Amino acid sequence: MSSQPRRQRLVVEDIGDVTVVNFVDKKILDEQNIQMIGDDLFRLVDELGRRKLLLNFSNVEFMSSAALGKLIRLHQRLAQVQGKLILCNISKAIMEIFVLTKLDKMLKIVKDEATGLNSF
Amino acid sequence: MPPSDFSFDESLPTVLAEVRRVQSDIKDGLQAHGFGERDMFHIELAMEEALVNAMKHGNQLDSDKFVRLQYTITPEFFDVRIEDQGAGFNPDDVPDPTMPENLERACGRGLYMIRSFMNEVVYHGRGNIVTMRKQKSPPDADE
Repeated sequence: MSSQPRRQRLVVEDIGDVTVVNFVDKKILDEQNIQMIGDDLFRLVDELGRRKLLLNFSNVEFMSSAALGKLIRLHQRLAQVQGKLILCNISKAIMEIFVLTKLDKMLKIVKDEATGLNSF
Repeated sequence: MPPSDFSFDESLPTVLAEVRRVQSDIKDGLQAHGFGERDMFHIELAMEEALVNAMKHGNQLDSDKFVRLQYTITPEFFDVRIEDQGAGFNPDDVPDPTMPENLERACGRGLYMIRSFMNEVVYHGRGNIVTMRKQKSPPDADE
């Protein structure tokens, strides 16, 4: 099976000491795609030393349980290195998934990017 | 005139790209039968989790195996049956991912989401067959 071409899946911007990450894809699906997104996010922490990650979901319309698993691992990894993960701009439909699975209790979720930048 | 019932019955090769293809067809069918955005989101999510489970955990991504997908769309409901060629599983063995002790586990949420978003979910036989139903919500249920 041929591998998917390496393409940009994240748009990363540093604002002060906060790293803001936007997702390129509207749907975060497929094992391989989620693995690559996860690799890119972990690289920010483990190789580039980022400690304050703000994930902006404004472009995301759909995500599977596999993507939730990746977010949990990222949250755990950041907690290990005294970092912090915040999520923002989550659509009503996707917020229903976070509430249903009670991940809204574990992960810090704020309304928008400005609120997120002030929440670290 | 309301659209007539639509039925589909096909054996899909164990290739994740097939999930994308059938999801697109199902969405078109649901739209044509007047399902709302929230119902369509719930069905898409449940189908994503169930089909990926069948291919990944059931058929172990073995491209020689198939997943049989049967579904019916009517103006009242969406019915689906998914059968893989795997060893099956006992859904009662899957821990509740919302319990405090499981909250930080990175897996186990797919089945929980399926059960939450569909009106009926039944596993059959050795656990390699699942049937699900989603009743169309009233028009104002999206709000």
